[in-house]
Amino acid sequence: MDETAEGKGRVMMPLLEIDRCTVQFGGLKAVSELNLSIRQGELVGLIGPNGAGKTTVFNLITGVYQPTEGGIRCEGASVAGRRPYQITARGIARTFQNIRLFGSLTVFDNVRAACNMHLRHGISHALWRGAAFVREEREVETMAEELLAIFHLDHLRDAECTSLPYGDQRRLEIVRALATRPKLLLLDEPAAGMNPTEKVELMRLIQFAQEKFRLAVLLVEHDMRVVMSICERIAVLDYGVKIAEGTPEEIRTDRRVIEAYLGE
Amino acid sequence: MNRPKTWLLLFVLLAAVCAWFQGAINPYYFDILIMIGINIVLGVSLNLVNGYTGQFSLGHAGFMAVGAYVSAAVTVLLGWGFVIGLLAGGLGAALAGFAVGVPSLRLKGDYLAIVTLGFGEIIRVLIQNTEAVGGSRGFSIPIRATGLFGTYLAAALTVYVVVLLVHSTYGRGFLTVRDDEIAAEAMGINTTKYKVIAFVVAAFFAGVAGGLYAHFKQFIHPEGFGFLRSVDIVVIVILGGMGNTPGVIAAAILLTILPEGLRALAAWEALPMAVRGIVQNRMILYSLLLIGLMLTRPQGLFSGGGKWMKRLKGRGAS
Repeated sequence: MDETAEGKGRVMMPLLEIDRCTVQFGGLKAVSELNLSIRQGELVGLIGPNGAGKTTVFNLITGVYQPTEGGIRCEGASVAGRRPYQITARGIARTFQNIRLFGSLTVFDNVRAACNMHLRHGISHALWRGAAFVREEREVETMAEELLAIFHLDHLRDAECTSLPYGDQRRLEIVRALATRPKLLLLDEPAAGMNPTEKVELMRLIQFAQEKFRLAVLLVEHDMRVVMSICERIAVLDYGVKIAEGTPEEIRTDRRVIEAYLGE
Repeated sequence: MNRPKTWLLLFVLLAAVCAWFQGAINPYYFDILIMIGINIVLGVSLNLVNGYTGQFSLGHAGFMAVGAYVSAAVTVLLGWGFVIGLLAGGLGAALAGFAVGVPSLRLKGDYLAIVTLGFGEIIRVLIQNTEAVGGSRGFSIPIRATGLFGTYLAAALTVYVVVLLVHSTYGRGFLTVRDDEIAAEAMGINTTKYKVIAFVVAAFFAGVAGGLYAHFKQFIHPEGFGFLRSVDIVVIVILGGMGNTPGVIAAAILLTILPEGLRALAAWEALPMAVRGIVQNRMILYSLLLIGLMLTRPQGLFSGGGKWMKRLKGRGAS
């Protein structure tokens, strides 16, 4: 399928290219021979039943796991074997399925901490606190405030992040990931535990952020309606194998997908 | 924004004024005051590793030993000045911190504690077998160079460095390492780098504290830098509250004074004999007090999100 897409004249290099990746834990192949590529600005859905390996794919892309076989390229450069922070530095940020905020920091500090990567000044400036340091801290503050405002969290700025309701914590994770200024954002069930209204609102926000920051998004989500309504392309995993990929329309009618979800 | 620097300057001036009256202070109190200052340096610097960065180190006395012996060697054997000695001691310890930190900081929790504990013991044994600095006989330093000014200047600098480091976008990296390493890495933070920096900075100040100690007691002995001293420093950090600098300062003061206060209490004749008998076993009482404090305030004496701390945090950040 990728070949035909490129055949149609898309010469642009994909932002992320997973090339026949296998992740093996002992005798278990959590992901096997996965091919997936994501182009700039694209919103791709990754779905599959529980335990299909979706989070493993995220951990694979972000360097938490290393591929047993195969390669991963980010804008053409191989990132296999890189530490997670190096991959984030290449412009791939993520959220976590089981929320992992910095528990002892406030909402604002959680976002500011994620700006760390782009600091031009190091330890000496933090100690001397000259004009350059003040300017940079101001920049970080402005950026963090803007991001919080987009996701309607600005009124919670100084709250302890652990005291936030579940939905707000999930949105804060997205804000924190955006603060690293990614090109590709990986969202691991961002709407889990939200009610339908909140879900719709969140998806609208994700689309808004996608356009505003010209992001590519890879979205793992269980709610079919949500995925079908916003994703341009969907890949389906089952037992670590990609069983289908295509537009929402194609996926909806795919026999193997229906089998995987409903049984034969 | 320049207020931290103003505070530092004010404090240094105050220390200088106090040091002016140094000669008038009773030697016993003088001793306690210096030890308070040294313990502040040790506690606040270890707090950067154990408290803010969340890496459990049990080797602080080892770095202190490196600093003490290097600085003493520089002033006694090479005959160079005290300040150079202190700096050399700090740098020597920082180097040791780097050498220990790089390989061992991939370990977590108990394992790191054991490695750092082992490091402390290695240092002790190495010194014991180094004849040039007296080996197991100890090392005498003829000059008593450490005074109130030097000690409290070092303490003020330690507090300044640790507090300002942590309250900045750069320094927030330390806290993220403690809170969640996986999330920190995912946010582009090089956790290894932060751990090593914390280790090296803390070791530097431990080394300076060792130098101050050596030039105050005028006699250092490898047994004086054993495991128990590391534990003493860890107790200061835990009692003050992990990652709470004002708390650790208070704990350093309290834990230095407490044994001496109990000694004074035991000698107080107005007390009934039975009470004095109990107090005379002051180390038992001291331990009981520690147990009691930990049972009632496991988060540290002064932690718990007091308004005072919040205000201080807010101020440091903006």
